[in-house]
Amino acid sequence: MLLYHQMALALQYLLNALQLGSVYALIALGYSMVYGILTMINFAHGDIFMVGAYLAMWASLFLLGLPGQLPTVVIFLGSLLFTMTLTACLGVSIERLAYRPLRQAPKVSAVITALGVGLFLENFTLATIGPEPRQVPAIFPVQQYSWGGVAFTNVQVFILLVALFLMILLDFLVRRTLTGMAMRAVSSNRVVVPLMGVPVDRIISLTFAIGSAIAGAGGLLYGLAYPVLDPYMGIRIGWWAFIAAVVGGIGNIRGAVLGGYVLGAVEIFTPVLLASSTYRDSVAFSLLLILLIFKPTGLLGRPTVEKV
Amino acid sequence: MKLPGPRSRIGFFLLIAGGLVLVAWLVPTLGLLNPYLQQVLMYVGINIILTLSLNLVNGYMGEFSVGHAGFMAVGAYVAAVLTVAVFPRAWGPFLFPLALLLGGLAAALAGLVVAFPSFRTRGDYLAIVTLAFNMIVKSILENIEAVGGPRGYMGMGKLTNLAWVTVWVLLTLLVLRHLIYSNLGRGIIAIREDEVAANLVSVNTPRLKIYAFCLSAFFAGVAGGLYAHLLQFINPRSFSILKSTDMLVMVYLGGIGSLGGSILGAALYTILMELLRPLELWRWVIGPLLLVLLMIFRPTGIMGLKEARWLKPSDP
Repeated sequence: MLLYHQMALALQYLLNALQLGSVYALIALGYSMVYGILTMINFAHGDIFMVGAYLAMWASLFLLGLPGQLPTVVIFLGSLLFTMTLTACLGVSIERLAYRPLRQAPKVSAVITALGVGLFLENFTLATIGPEPRQVPAIFPVQQYSWGGVAFTNVQVFILLVALFLMILLDFLVRRTLTGMAMRAVSSNRVVVPLMGVPVDRIISLTFAIGSAIAGAGGLLYGLAYPVLDPYMGIRIGWWAFIAAVVGGIGNIRGAVLGGYVLGAVEIFTPVLLASSTYRDSVAFSLLLILLIFKPTGLLGRPTVEKV
Repeated sequence: MKLPGPRSRIGFFLLIAGGLVLVAWLVPTLGLLNPYLQQVLMYVGINIILTLSLNLVNGYMGEFSVGHAGFMAVGAYVAAVLTVAVFPRAWGPFLFPLALLLGGLAAALAGLVVAFPSFRTRGDYLAIVTLAFNMIVKSILENIEAVGGPRGYMGMGKLTNLAWVTVWVLLTLLVLRHLIYSNLGRGIIAIREDEVAANLVSVNTPRLKIYAFCLSAFFAGVAGGLYAHLLQFINPRSFSILKSTDMLVMVYLGGIGSLGGSILGAALYTILMELLRPLELWRWVIGPLLLVLLMIFRPTGIMGLKEARWLKPSDP
């Protein structure tokens, strides 16, 4: 009986890990896509996620406040569309204004710029809307279910399904469409591919748009699960997602998803195993350091050889 | 052939340095400057040390540390614990330099943590390692109850004064200037220009990386100790990535690979941030924006690899 109870508990944790991992995976995808195509770490990506969470909050507040009750599906899809469109615009503008002028510059300049852009987004949000945490409205009422001792909510299931749907959509886009082929081509060779008539700048913009839109969707889902937002939340979650991308092998889309779930599990199971919740950051970052030293290409990444 | 060394001007330097320290000691003693301005000057000094130390790694060696606040935190906490809990209270002012030194050494030890990964990774991956280091230090400090955890640590006397800050600024400047124009320094610059080529002409790059990271971390740690005993209160949050970014702004504002540039950048940025205090929260938008604009329009900073004349060795 005790064993059964523990199994149920473990399943419960696993479900939580999957929920959190979905959010990490969605953000990690953006890191990985941008790295794949520009070999540049877009440190501002976590803050695009944060902006997305706020946009989703405002959109759902607005739609919920409209006279006459709109159907839940309309509210959700409306918020999602609004958030994804605006975060895509944000990502593209950041690329256009801050990263494109530096494309020929040393890589270090681009990384520092990305850090600067991230801090700018955080502090700008802080200065415009103030430091108070904001409450996200529930789009639909939370319902508890229980199945064989494992408790779960409709929100959890919903997040899992939406995230999975977005990931499959993206995988399809990258592997099966002409645009996806162009993206993979640009990431594999930046010299020859333009000569083949691939519009490199447009493909890069598109990559930023898709990555940022998915991060925006991640922001919306995060708000549903953990309904308190503050301007600095993008730092921690962005970092965890980034570690997820590295764990999976940065530049690799399926690796990013795998890494996201691994990091979700690290976050949920570390407090259980160490009986203390404050060490999870140390654990995650130590994982990153160890990985970078011994297997810098991650779980699914291909090794690269530095040519002189 | 012996390279022209900076030794030819050492007497002159010591004279000026002695004068400066005397002035820095006299001004507060005689009450010539109001406490607020003194405080700002001390911040300028501490930031100069930080900027110089970061410039050694980012500017001269061309490696890439974005987690220097982590070293600063190690130095600050070690020095603070020493003066509060270890050293007898009455001896505080006399043992303060020792506390700073030990804080710096602890930070230098932490520098090894970053130096070893730098053998294998470069560029953005090393940036991640240093950032991760910064986060780990902050996270560990938040977990140590003995130093107050997330609430922070206090109880330090106000041991930092203008004279001590001046002494350490001059010491940092002297050490770095001698290092950079020595054989070791040429090796460090060679790593920046082309690491593979440097290896081929028998520059021992791993050893130089260890030296540079540890020395840089040492001075960042000393600056942390000075900071802790100026504010008399430290908490893990004050050594976050925001602090590291401030240092980056100062280095890239003043000019990479330039000691004079570091002094200029640190002074300009610190004073600018003080003047912008009335803007409150918007003040924090300026720094990152400045960093991005600098990177796009003048990535080498004001001085941009040039050196102030008085910091260069004279021609033989």
